[in-house]
Amino acid sequence: MADFWTRYRRNRAAVLGLGILLTILIMAATAHLFYPEDPFRLVGRPLSGPLENGFLLGSDSLGRDVASGIVHGAKTSLLIGLIATLVSIFIGIFFGAFAGYFGGRIDDLLMRITEIFQTIPSFIFAILLVAIMKPSIVSIVIAIAVVSWPGVARLVRGEFLSLKNREFVQACHTLGMSDLRVMMKEILPNCLSPIIVIGSLMVATAILIESGLAFLGLGDPNIMSWGFQIGAGRTMLRSAWWVCTFPGVAILITVLAINLIGEGLNDALNPRLKERQ
Amino acid sequence: MPRSSKIFRYVSKRLLQGIPIIIAIIVINFFLLNLAEGDAVDVLAGEAGSATPEYMEQLRKKFGLDQPLPVQLAVYLKNVLVLDLGYSFRHEMAVQDLIFDRFAATALLMTSTIILAVGFGILLGLMAAMRLNTWKDAVITVFALITYATPLFWVGLMMIVVFSLYLGWFPTSGMENVAAFYEGWDKVVDIAHHLVLPTITLSLFYLALYTRMMRASMLEQYGQDYVVTARAKGLTERRITFVHVLRNALLPVVTMAGVQVGALIGGSVIVESVFAWPGLGMLAFESLFARDLNLLLGIFLLSSILVVLVNLIVDIIYCFLDPRIDVE
Repeated sequence: MADFWTRYRRNRAAVLGLGILLTILIMAATAHLFYPEDPFRLVGRPLSGPLENGFLLGSDSLGRDVASGIVHGAKTSLLIGLIATLVSIFIGIFFGAFAGYFGGRIDDLLMRITEIFQTIPSFIFAILLVAIMKPSIVSIVIAIAVVSWPGVARLVRGEFLSLKNREFVQACHTLGMSDLRVMMKEILPNCLSPIIVIGSLMVATAILIESGLAFLGLGDPNIMSWGFQIGAGRTMLRSAWWVCTFPGVAILITVLAINLIGEGLNDALNPRLKERQ
Repeated sequence: MPRSSKIFRYVSKRLLQGIPIIIAIIVINFFLLNLAEGDAVDVLAGEAGSATPEYMEQLRKKFGLDQPLPVQLAVYLKNVLVLDLGYSFRHEMAVQDLIFDRFAATALLMTSTIILAVGFGILLGLMAAMRLNTWKDAVITVFALITYATPLFWVGLMMIVVFSLYLGWFPTSGMENVAAFYEGWDKVVDIAHHLVLPTITLSLFYLALYTRMMRASMLEQYGQDYVVTARAKGLTERRITFVHVLRNALLPVVTMAGVQVGALIGGSVIVESVFAWPGLGMLAFESLFARDLNLLLGIFLLSSILVVLVNLIVDIIYCFLDPRIDVE
């Protein structure tokens, strides 16, 4: 662990990214302390500029506080990004592990399915899924997971292919372990490093997809999010640039920080992953 | 067997491989349609304001919605194959006609984006690879990091704030100045003027991507044996770079451009709805608001097929570009 940290620390940008992400996490966790009001509440004069009428980052056309929205929206972005990534990693491991371990027909079938999901234009597919299931946290998470898993499946399959003939796996077979146990208890732990790296980059992508969906009006209507703020502010662009600008900066900084962390993890865990997908 | 007939066989094999993917996408489409709440008859009844249950039953019979699912699927497959994608009740038009109307605008936006991104990406990547570890190299890396992290719609809105509202250089939205009734050359200039901001917005991410790829690809090629041979022959560095290395380094960039088409279509939904560019993406955005599922599914289906076709075309171009590709 100490060893890992020494290697991670060598990438200065990654340390910076970690610092930024921790700050955002603290901001999200303490949102209710600084802005106890519901971010949807109309709290003051509409279209106040930054630092006017007691608004740090201004207010929108209905008098909602932009800063409050950003702080509360951080929770939404991070939560959806994390859960959607976990779900899609789960699906990806399932497909990749079975395809790589058993090979042959199972491999053909599972990889064909993966290929189809990789061919479909992912953002339009996500839009369609959310539109059909009605916008909610659950449908957004499902949509992001459904369009993001193929990359994980290919990665896991590759790892399983290269590990399944190693001596330690053969030893497990000789001991009479079941296939499922060999896959999950023996092979999977050995390919965790690249999965962690791809997972961290996927959180960033998931946050971008979520903000895009919310911008198009496909966010959960009961939960404040950065994409929603920008979508709601776009008609006021001419008179109130700040409503769209600051939530966008929040997305940019968060995604950038997570990407930097991903690269740092890549250096520290040193897997075979060189290019992000 | 001569190479040309091998290539022909390879192309027809790839065509055949594309067919099951397209059929699978149509089937997924069908199930999504069935997953949605209510069917076409509910929509029709809603449009009409009121309908008796008997009348709705009659309509369902007429549309074949009372048939078992496999039969409905077969009918749906047949309809899609003859390019009948259903009816949009909002626009009171057949879905395929609507899509056909809007396709040109999207094609224009995507073509200009690909030209800009690939062209400049190759140029910038080349520059970065030739002047390693200078400030230009660092600028390109930072630029790429930032564009990877920026949401597309936000870039578009900021472009509008700076270049349309503040500087007044470009129009905020639309594809042409409808009130001006331009003809001929004036019309072309007008559309080009409207095209600038959406194209730049959509291409920034890919520009960064291709620049990085081109740089990496050039550096990889410089390390190859044939470069040593070329140097030993006494060729100038300029000739080695532009005649030998460049041509080989282009190959991965071409592949990537093909792979990215699906993402580009997704991006055009965002960019078109930001700039009110009247293409398929804008149509998708409108259909979301109108809850016009038939139309949305049609756009989804067509863009999926487009991706399959573009990947096929890239594969074919590729085996002409690189004679080493195994076409067995």
